[in-house]
Amino acid sequence: MRAEDILYPTEMGLYCAPGDFYIDPLRPVPRALVTHGHADHARPGNAAVMATRQTLEIMAIRYGEDFTASRQIAEGTTRLGGVTVSFHPAGHVLGSAQILITPDNGPRILVSGDYCRAPNPVCLPFEPVACDIFITEATFGLPVFRHPDPIAEAARLLASMAEFPDRPHLVGAYALGKAQRVIALARAAGHHAPIAIHGALKRLCDYHVEQGIDLGPLVSATDPGDAQLILAPPSAFASPWVQRFRDPVIAYASGWMTVRARARQRGVELPLVISDHVDWPQLTATITELAPQEVWITHGTEDGLLRWCEIQGIAARPLRLVGYEDEPE
Amino acid sequence: MKAFARLLERLAFTAGRNAKLTILAHYFAATPDPDRGWALAALTGGLDLRQVSPSLLRRLAGERMDAQLFALSYDFVGDLAETISLIWPEATTSGPEVTLSDAVALLRDTGKLALPAAIAQVLDRMTPPERLAFLKLATGNMRVGLSARLARVALAQGSAAQDSARSVEEIEEIWHGLTPPYTALFDWLAGGARPEAAAAAPFRPVMLSTPITPSELAALDPADYIAEWKWDGIRVQAVSEGGMRRLYSRTGEDIGAAFPDLLDALNFEGAVDGELLIRRDGDVAPFADLQKRLGRKLVSKAMLQSHPASLRLYDILTWQGEDLRALPLQDRRARLQAADFDSDRIDLSPLLPFTTWQDLTTLRAAPPAQVIEGVMIKRRTAPYVAGRPRGPWFKWKRDPMVIDAVLLYAQSGHGKRSGFYSDFTFGVWDGPDLVPVGKAYFGFTDEELKELDRFVRKNTTQRYGPVRQLAPLLVVEVAFEGLNLSTRHKAGLAMRFPRISRIRWDKPAAEADHLDTLRTML
Repeated sequence: MRAEDILYPTEMGLYCAPGDFYIDPLRPVPRALVTHGHADHARPGNAAVMATRQTLEIMAIRYGEDFTASRQIAEGTTRLGGVTVSFHPAGHVLGSAQILITPDNGPRILVSGDYCRAPNPVCLPFEPVACDIFITEATFGLPVFRHPDPIAEAARLLASMAEFPDRPHLVGAYALGKAQRVIALARAAGHHAPIAIHGALKRLCDYHVEQGIDLGPLVSATDPGDAQLILAPPSAFASPWVQRFRDPVIAYASGWMTVRARARQRGVELPLVISDHVDWPQLTATITELAPQEVWITHGTEDGLLRWCEIQGIAARPLRLVGYEDEPE
Repeated sequence: MKAFARLLERLAFTAGRNAKLTILAHYFAATPDPDRGWALAALTGGLDLRQVSPSLLRRLAGERMDAQLFALSYDFVGDLAETISLIWPEATTSGPEVTLSDAVALLRDTGKLALPAAIAQVLDRMTPPERLAFLKLATGNMRVGLSARLARVALAQGSAAQDSARSVEEIEEIWHGLTPPYTALFDWLAGGARPEAAAAAPFRPVMLSTPITPSELAALDPADYIAEWKWDGIRVQAVSEGGMRRLYSRTGEDIGAAFPDLLDALNFEGAVDGELLIRRDGDVAPFADLQKRLGRKLVSKAMLQSHPASLRLYDILTWQGEDLRALPLQDRRARLQAADFDSDRIDLSPLLPFTTWQDLTTLRAAPPAQVIEGVMIKRRTAPYVAGRPRGPWFKWKRDPMVIDAVLLYAQSGHGKRSGFYSDFTFGVWDGPDLVPVGKAYFGFTDEELKELDRFVRKNTTQRYGPVRQLAPLLVVEVAFEGLNLSTRHKAGLAMRFPRISRIRWDKPAAEADHLDTLRTML
C-alpha cells in the first residue's frame, strides 16, 4: 500500500483509511487517536478516543468525564483494522505522544504531533522512532528560531523580579504544559517562594502534582499574598482581571518571543523565550536522525523547512492541515 | 557585550520612565569603566563610529546561508540586524567575551577593507542578543526610546544613593566638556574630583517656571514682578565664548547644527537665554514652521531662505567673562538691554506694561500675535537658578482650545495602566463620517479611567491586535495647545499636546464637532 492511501488529510482531519480512524480530528468522528491534550488537537464529542492515559485524563478534566463514549488507553501495540498503532513520548506536554502507524505491508508512518527535544521536567522526553514517513510540525520552521537555554530564560525572569522588587511579575503561559514548565523552571532557577496562579490554571496544575511533578507552593492569584510571580493564561491580560495588580511587569513565555515585533505586538515588557516545540536546530536534527524516506509537514512556517529538505535532498511535502494553532493558549 | 545587550533589550521593551531609570541606574552601578561610559555614549548619541551599511551585512549573511532561507527569515522578522543576529551560525570558537569597549574599538579603528572580516569574526564569538546589540551599534540605530536627558537623570539618581549626590543640573553643566567613555564623570559621581569643563561655550542649566492660576496670582504684589509674552518657539540657550558658538536646547542638547544661520549671528561674548523662532520681516511664524527645521543634520539653502531662524532674548547669564546669574532679575534685565548684539536676527522679548493683575489679564486675553501662548511672570529680585523652583518664575498660559470629539479606538496602557484601556484615538465629523484627528493618553482621573475602560469593553465593535474599535457613542472634550497642518494625518491636521479635559457622557455623538470647526481654528 502507498503512504498516500494509508494516511491522508480530509476536512475532518488526518484520516487513516485501513485503520478507519482520525488523528487529532477537527470535528467529532467515530474513532479518534489523540496525540496530546491541547484544545486544538483534543476536542470533545468523538464516539471513541484512544490516547495515553494522561491525555485521556486531561481531556476529562477539560471537557468533563463524558467527553467521549469510549476511552481506550494506548499501551504497547494495538491492532486497528488493517494497521498496528503504537504511542511514543513526544516531549511536548504531559501525556503527549507520537503515533506510529505500521501497515501489514507498506511504509511505517510516524505522526509526531507537536514535539520538543529540550529537557522538560514536566513530561517524558521525546523518543526517536524509526519510520519511513515522518510527519512533523513546523511551528518554528525558520532558522531564526534557536531557543535559548530555558533555565537562562527563567533566570532573566528572576533577575527582573530582583530589579523591580515592588512590581508583581505576570507571566502569560497557557494552561496545559507551559504554565507548569514555567513554574518548574522558576523553581530550578532558585525561586522557592509561593507562586500565584490564575484560576484557569488550577485544575491542570493540581493534576501535574497528582502525577508526581513537584511544582512547589502555589497560591491563588485572587489572594496572592506576597507572591511576586503570578501566572495566567495570556487572554487574562486583556481582561479586567489584570487591573488588580499595581504596576505589573507583563511577561510572556513563548517561542515567538524570539522575534521582537511579536513581543511588541503583545505589549510585553519582558519577553521570555520558553517553548514546548522544537526549534530549528532540533527540528532539522530530528529529521537527520530519523532519516525517513519522506517528510510530511503539518502546520507552521513550512516554507522554511521545505526549502531545507530540498537542500538536503530529502523528499518533503506540506499537508496544509488547517485548524491547528501555532502555539495554542 | 552581554550586559549591554541585556540593557538594550530591557530598555526597548520598557515603556515606563521610572522603570527605565531603574534599569539604567543598575547598569551604571554594576558595569565597570570604560564599558559603562561607551554605553552612555551609545545611548545619548555621543559615539562617532564607522557606520556599517545594510548591504555589507546582507553580503556577510549571504555568504553563510541559503538565500531563500534568509529571505523567508527576513520576511518573518522584519528587521535586518535582528534577522542576522538570529540566523548567524552558532559560535564555534569559544574565547573571552567581546566587551563593549572591544566593539567600539573595532568600529572606530578598523579600515574599510578589513571591516567585513572583522565584523564576521566578532559575530562568530557572540550570542544572538550580543549580536543584535553589536549590529545596532554598527548601524547606528539604537532605537530604545531614550533621551540623553533621561540618561543623565539616571546618573544623578545613581549618585544620590551615595554620599556624593549630584543633581542632574550639575551634570548638565559639565556634560558638554566631557568625552566618551566618561571615566572622569563616573569618577566624580563616585566622590572624585569634579572634571574641569574643558569645552568652550558650555551649557548652563536652565531656569524653568511653574504654572499659576488667577486666584494664586491675586495673592502676589504686582509691583514685585515683571511680565513678558510667552513665545511659542523653542526655549534655547545661545552661547558664544572664546570663539566657540553653540545653541543648546533647555535640556542641554546641542542643536546648533540645524541652525547655522543663527550661529553666524552670535556676534557677542556671553551666554543668553531666549526663544528660538522663525521670523520673516519681523513677523514670527507659527511653531510648525520651526518644526520643519528641527532635527536636521543639513539645512538646505532654500530652507535657510524660506525659514530664517531668529532669537528673542529673555535673559543674560554671562557677558564678556562675567557670570551674571547671581544678580537679581531686574539687574540682569538692565544688562541685557545695555548689551549690543549687533544682529537683526536677535532682539529682546519686550516687557509688558501693567500695574495691576487686571491689566495683565486684559493683555493676556488679546495677545498681538498668534505665536504667543500666554504670559510669563517673573520676580524682580530673583537670581537665575537651575531647575524649576516654585516662586520666582510663573507661566500663565492662554486658555487651551477645546473641541468635542468622539472616541473611535482604544488601546491598553503599560505599567500602572496595565489592563486598562487608556490610550484613545478620537475623531470629528466630516460630512457623514467620523475622521480621526488625534490621540490622547491623559487628562482624566483614575476614577474616570475606570469608567472609560468599562465603556471600551462594553462597546467594542472590532479588534485589530491590541487595538479595539469602538461604537461611536462617547463624546469627550479634548483640550489642546495648538493646531498644525499635517500631511501625516488623514484629517490633514495635527494637534499639539491634546488631552481629554472632560468626558461628555451627556452629549450625543451626533452633536460632536465637525472638521470644518477645527479648520477655522487654524
